Order: sequence, then C-alpha cells, then structure tokens
Amino acid sequence: MAEKKMNFEKSLARLEEIVKSLEKGDAPLDESLKLFEEGTALIASCGKMLDDAEQKVVKLRKGADGEPVETPFDGAE
Amino acid sequence: MDNNVLTVTELNSRVKLLIDCDPVLSDVCVRGELSNYKIYPSGHHYFTLKDAESSLRCVMFKGSASKLRFRPENGMSVTAFGRVSVYPRDGAYQLYVSDIMPEGAGDLQVAFEQLKTKLEKEGLFDAAHKKPLPRFPGRIAVITSPAGAAVHDMIRILGRRWPMAEVALLPVRVQGAEAPAEIAGAIRYANRHAVGDVIITGRGGGSVEDLWAFNDERVARAIYESELPVISAVGHEPDITISDYVADARASTPSNAAEIAVPDCAEIREELDNLEIRSQQTMRKKLDTLSARLDDMKNRRIMRSPGAYLDVKRLELDRASAGLISAGERQNAARRREYVKLAASLDAMSPLKVLSRGYAFAETGGRVVKSTADVKAGDALDVTVSDGSLGCRVEAVRKRKA
Repeated sequence: MAEKKMNFEKSLARLEEIVKSLEKGDAPLDESLKLFEEGTALIASCGKMLDDAEQKVVKLRKGADGEPVETPFDGAE
Repeated sequence: MDNNVLTVTELNSRVKLLIDCDPVLSDVCVRGELSNYKIYPSGHHYFTLKDAESSLRCVMFKGSASKLRFRPENGMSVTAFGRVSVYPRDGAYQLYVSDIMPEGAGDLQVAFEQLKTKLEKEGLFDAAHKKPLPRFPGRIAVITSPAGAAVHDMIRILGRRWPMAEVALLPVRVQGAEAPAEIAGAIRYANRHAVGDVIITGRGGGSVEDLWAFNDERVARAIYESELPVISAVGHEPDITISDYVADARASTPSNAAEIAVPDCAEIREELDNLEIRSQQTMRKKLDTLSARLDDMKNRRIMRSPGAYLDVKRLELDRASAGLISAGERQNAARRREYVKLAASLDAMSPLKVLSRGYAFAETGGRVVKSTADVKAGDALDVTVSDGSLGCRVEAVRKRKA
C-alpha cells in the first residue's frame, strides 16, 4: 500500500518541482528539454495511476497470533 | 412490665420492619444538595443530602454507583432515588440510593461537561497535539460498525473520490456497554499493526445514548495516544462528542469524514492538467524566445555578408595601427625634449664652463686651495685654467684684513 501512495505523492511532488524549475527559466535548453520530457512522462504515469485505480476494501480480523488477517468485505453484514 | 422490655436489637429490628413495609419509603425520590460525598475503597458511596433545615444520610452501593454516568460533586443539586431503611447496628435510618439525577441538565449532559472539562485541563484537546492528515493516504483504517449505513457511505465516497486508497475496516460495536473498550482497542490495534495511514472512527446518527461510546474517556485517551491521525465522525452535524474534541480532525458526518480523508481525484486530475499546461506553455515560451534570438542573429549584417564585416574590421585594424604608431612618435619627441633640457642644466653647472669665463683654481699637494692658510711662500701650486694648467710658486701670502 505504501509504495503506491509514495509513487503518486512523490510523482506529483517531483512534477511540481519540475514545472517550478522550468518556470524559473534559468536552465539551459537541453536541461529544460530533459525536464520537460520527465514532466510529461510523470503526468502520463500519474494519469494512468488514477485511471487504473480500483478501490479495495478489506475487513481486518485479529488472527490467532494477534496479527491482522484480511478478509474481503462485501458489505452484506 | 418485664415483658415490655426490648433489647436494642429488637427495637431496631421493629423500627426497620415498620419502615421497610412503608410503600412510600420503599420507593422514594428525594431532592437535595449533595454534601460530604465520600467514595470508600470498597466502592460504596456515602454522602449526605441536605436542604436548608435538614439532612439525610445516604449510601449508594458499588453496583449502583458504578452505573452513574457523571461524577457527583458536593454542592450539586440532585434527585436521589432509593428506599429508606434502618441500619440496625447504628440504629440510624438512611436512604439506600439506587440512582442519582442531577437537577436541570440530564446526567449525560453533566457527565459530558465533566469529562470535557477534565480532558481539556489535561491538554487532550490542544491544537498543538493535533497531527496533520496525509494528503494521499494509501490505506484508510475505518473503525466502525460493519453494519449500518455509515460504513457504506464512507466506502462509497472514499471509492468515488480516491479509489487508489485501500479501505481496511476494523469492525467494532459502536453502542452498548462493550463499545468504548472495543473502539479504544481497535484504535490501539490499528496503531500497533500500522493498518493504515489515517483512522476514521465514528458512526451514523442516533440518540445521545446511542452516541455515548464516543463520549467515553477510554476512547478519548486512545484517540489522543494514537500515532496515526484520527478523524472523528459521529452522528450528524450538530452532534459533538468528546471524540470530536480529541481527534486530529472532526467530520460532521461519516460521509464528511470520507471527504476529509482523501482528495477528490477530479481535482487532482485538474491539478495535473494545470501542471501540464504550465510546463507546455513554459517550454513553448522558452523555445520561442530562443528562436527569436536566433532570428535576430541571423539578420545581423555580419551573418548576411561576412565579407563586408571583414572589410570593416580591416579598416578598423588600419586605424588602430596608425594610432599606435603616432602615439609612439609622440612619446619619443617628448622624451627627447626632456633630454635636451636636462643636458643644458647639467652643462650650466659644469666647472669647465666657469673656467671658460676666466676663472681658475689652484691646487697644492692634490688639495684645492681655498684659503691663504692652505699655503705658505715658496709652495708649488698647480693652477688650472680653461685649456690646461700652470706650474707656479707662491711669492707672498697676503691675508686680507677682515
């Protein structure tokens, strides 16, 4: 779970950083182009993450060893 | 006569019997002010009910006392319910209290205010303690009843707004005597096993009694101690519980909690679009600026006819070298003039120059003669004139009279 979250959050943060640095406009052209390419790729991957997201709902029960055990939650309780 | 003598025990038993059979005294409500309130280690409560003129001893046994939802305090106006009976050992009658209701506000209201004051004083509501909610939670721990509309509302809204977040439901009872311990336990469990990035706990609307678990001190402390941020979502908008005060964020309803817990993906898409537009515009502008500069350079004469440029440069070079030469010449002339001037002044100071005007100087034994005392008659002198020297001898020494 953590990885997916970090990916989106980090991607968005990096994207904002890129746009800010592009807007500052002091990078040479080749660097700007590289940043622009990276930004475009991040936008695409963030969009895809949103498109592909499918909510997962689990119910947690305390297992015999005290660790949580996941069971699907169908909401029909 | 002797037949009429009673033991103390017999008398007390008789009075007790009399009182115990009284239908009014066996089920009575008494209004008065609490005083001398004491809780014994046994768990029984002892106190006095009084008004302006009288007082009444009261006892409330542990079983009844533990059901009190507020904390009785001296000076509180209350109605006590119970029966009157005699404690034979002391020969004193007292009220055996089964319940106490505060005057005015209900007991729940009083209990709520008491707990609120206590926890507030302890700092459980301090804004400084409140943790920020994660902007993009990966997993949301929902601590509520698995039945009922609230859980479904939350799951539906969480899924619609931010389907990327998983929902982990920790089922608990949300009303009844077991509820507070279950809710508090689930909050601690969620922390221990890090089952989410944020916790939502709450329930749908109901009566004050239905929502009471969220006014429980155990739940309040579990929320306060939670490392994970907690959103409290109890009942409807006007319902405020102790959990709401302690939680890191208060939602007016469970649905509202779902809105607070996750961003709306439509808004995030808009943000992404916006970033895309900004980066494209910036890039476009940068390229435009660069190509405009390029065009500008292309249009300069040097780029259009490099030969003309070279001609100009050649002229400039000529002019520069001519300037250089004349500058050198000017410098030489000045130096020459200076030399002539120096030579002239040197010449003026030369002793030869003086000799040429008819002066001479005499030497004897290699020393220049400057005074009559330097020589005596008969000494040889070398006298230098402008074109040579004369060998002479002193005829006489004539010192001028001073």
